[in-house]
Amino acid sequence: MITFDKVTKAFPGGAVAVDELSVELPTGQITVFVGPSGCGKTTSLRMINRTIEPSSGTISIDGEDVTSQDAALLRRRIGYVIQNAGLFPHRTIEDNIATVPMLNGVGKKQARQEAVQLLTRVGLDESMARRYPAQLSGGQQQRVGVARALAADPPVMLMDEPFSAVDPIVRDSLQKEFLRLQSELGKTIAFVTHDIDEAIKLGDNVAVLRVGGRLAQFGTPRDLLDNPADEFVADFVGRDRGFRALSFLTAEHLEVEPVSAYADRGRGVRLVLDDGGAPQGWAVNGDARLRALPSTFVAGDSLRLVTDLAITSPAGAAVRVDQHGVADGVVAHEAVARHLTAHRQQGQQGQQGQQGQQGRG
Amino acid sequence: MIDYVTANRSVILEALAQHVWLSLLPVLVGAALALPVGYLGVRYPRFYQPIVNLGGLIYSIPSLALFLMLPAVLGLQVLDPLNVVAALALYTFALLTRTVADALLSVQGQATQAAYALGYRPVRQLLGVELPMALPVMLAGLRVATVSNISLVSVSAFLGVTSLGSLFTRGLQLDFLEPIAVGIVLSVLLAAAADTCIVLLQRRLTPWARVSTR
Amino acid sequence: MSAATLLAPDVTAPLINYFAYLFDGENWRWASSSIPARLLEHVAYTLVTLLISAAVALPVGLFIGHTNRGAFLAINIGNAGRALPTFGLLSLMVALIGIGTLPVLVALVVLAVPPILSATYAGIRSVDPSAVQAAVGMGMRPTQVLFKAEVPMALPLISSGLRSALLQVCATATVAAYVGFGGLGRFLIDGLSTNDYAQVFAGALLVAVLAIALDLLSAGAQHAVVSPGVRARADRGGRRTSSSAARSTGRTHPHPQAPTAGTPRQRPNERPTP
Repeated sequence: MITFDKVTKAFPGGAVAVDELSVELPTGQITVFVGPSGCGKTTSLRMINRTIEPSSGTISIDGEDVTSQDAALLRRRIGYVIQNAGLFPHRTIEDNIATVPMLNGVGKKQARQEAVQLLTRVGLDESMARRYPAQLSGGQQQRVGVARALAADPPVMLMDEPFSAVDPIVRDSLQKEFLRLQSELGKTIAFVTHDIDEAIKLGDNVAVLRVGGRLAQFGTPRDLLDNPADEFVADFVGRDRGFRALSFLTAEHLEVEPVSAYADRGRGVRLVLDDGGAPQGWAVNGDARLRALPSTFVAGDSLRLVTDLAITSPAGAAVRVDQHGVADGVVAHEAVARHLTAHRQQGQQGQQGQQGQQGRG
Repeated sequence: MIDYVTANRSVILEALAQHVWLSLLPVLVGAALALPVGYLGVRYPRFYQPIVNLGGLIYSIPSLALFLMLPAVLGLQVLDPLNVVAALALYTFALLTRTVADALLSVQGQATQAAYALGYRPVRQLLGVELPMALPVMLAGLRVATVSNISLVSVSAFLGVTSLGSLFTRGLQLDFLEPIAVGIVLSVLLAAAADTCIVLLQRRLTPWARVSTR
Repeated sequence: MSAATLLAPDVTAPLINYFAYLFDGENWRWASSSIPARLLEHVAYTLVTLLISAAVALPVGLFIGHTNRGAFLAINIGNAGRALPTFGLLSLMVALIGIGTLPVLVALVVLAVPPILSATYAGIRSVDPSAVQAAVGMGMRPTQVLFKAEVPMALPLISSGLRSALLQVCATATVAAYVGFGGLGRFLIDGLSTNDYAQVFAGALLVAVLAIALDLLSAGAQHAVVSPGVRARADRGGRRTSSSAARSTGRTHPHPQAPTAGTPRQRPNERPTP
């Protein structure tokens, strides 16, 4: 557990980056610091490994004050991933990854062997071990950055906008793999981003900071979306937070119609399957052209995805497939709407007690 | 020092005048040769490395050695100032070919693609888009070449060619500090003046660079 | 002067004379003023001066680059050094100190320090700040950050500066023969004073060959010590900013040394990076 206790950072000249921040980052979870630029999120992160020293207050890891330890040794026990990876251009990939073990006195040979194993762990090929960073793409460099931070197997990891410099598609796959990796490793992670979507996607907990370094809200992503503490948080989370909150609901309990039944009900559209049963597109009556399918979903996907598919489909319905890609059901957007209505009624009953206390505007 | 200057005014002025044309004429000649050759290195990439290597080779020859080898190559008298002009033109050429090539390479990108897409023909694109964009880098190279030429000319005093360097040999022969000091001061001032002229020229020619850098 | 006055069809006749001194076996037999002795002398003086200059300039350049204190000095010393006429400086030192080895060494060091210093400064400043941030964040101590991260990344520029200084010193040592210094310059000065152009030509050729050889050797050394990872980067970066590199590292006097000669021999198999 990482504990911030009334931590303040004022820079020479008087600018206050972090103001009396008290927050607890639970062990084994991802805690995301999010906020606009100038909110002190990176400063907060960098005070944990003392690359910035707090002006007042204490930060402790598992009860031990970080300032009571030798800074360099402290940092070697904390993994650190930054934007653009910050790889050493003069070292091969394996030597980059082996940096901290070698600082700790592990032999070169052993450190390199372990580095190569880590490469596969972060989804890179072993053949990259002898390359230099300049020979890798941005996404690959960022994976190496994560591997380098993991090399000494630190219990705590700091990640400062690690995925913000890569394109959205690469970012998405990096985020997914990061979550997979974390489910195996269970590190205590402090993660900084300016992207609320990323915060909601990755965080077990999210700390929203406002400019001037004050904590606006701390809670689970769900809390943030359902009950923003004030206007600032509501604004930051965005106007479409209701739609975003659908990410936390799965599509499991939706009414799914059989593929054949959907066509029969006189809607004038029909789902065309290939010989193996995989969906090809929608055929609209009186039109020879096949309308393309935007995408499909599987049973465990989020309600947000299904809603999006249903809205954008030319037939007004999302197509579900099984693990072999065979179409096994269709969800009409009316069914989604019915499901949402039912869900809201449930939610209101469950939350009535809390609403009064929070009294938000 | 002032006494020395007033007493030897005509000698000093002649040395200065000689120094000016011995250092600046080669800049013009070298630059005129470097432009097309540098362009060649961009237009035909396989020439780039040979051009760079040749430049590096010429550049590594000490000036005194080049001054004294050229008479044999060009068939001139050792005393002939043309040796100095030729040698310094070679250095300028060696420095600027790479600068020109690199400057032109550095502007390849969005603006040149845009020009191409807008329908510029190759020559017009080179003259109207690429050259102006490459100008700041090329002029920076020109500054280096000019300043180093001015300080190099002094060495030609060995050959008996008149320049500010003659003040150094004179001071050494007479064991007299003042001509040496005057020579150094004038040489540095001349270099600073020439440098300033090119900077002013650059401001005139590339007003956009000032806006974007400051 | 015995210089050829004609670029005539029978140009071969005077050419034989040019090489007379160089190819006279007598001049190659070991003696205090023989070609091998002068060559050795030249190389020795050059290397000693370079060592002294590096011992002065490297720590200062590293300090300024690392702390960015005194950056003004580091940037401008290179430009100022380039404008200073070497021959004038040599003469001045001799006039101040007297004839001897010391004034020449002082002048040579004064000329060699600026390119090394400004290149070292520029090299350290060119290091990617995020890599330094990562080095600190991973638990490197300040000296480790400097020598394990910053210096290796700055090495392409630092070694270019050293190579510039090497050529600079080699060339100025030649000029120093005028004030009684040893080395290959002696053939030039002695030949000129006795109207023995064959000796002058031999000296000039030897100086040129020596300079080129030193440049190639130092290029080899640079290639050996600079990590391929930053070499590729430096070549790319060098292309984009060659003139600013020339401005910061280059000084040209009396042989215009080449910041450009710094990284010319790009390996053909250097792979483009994504």
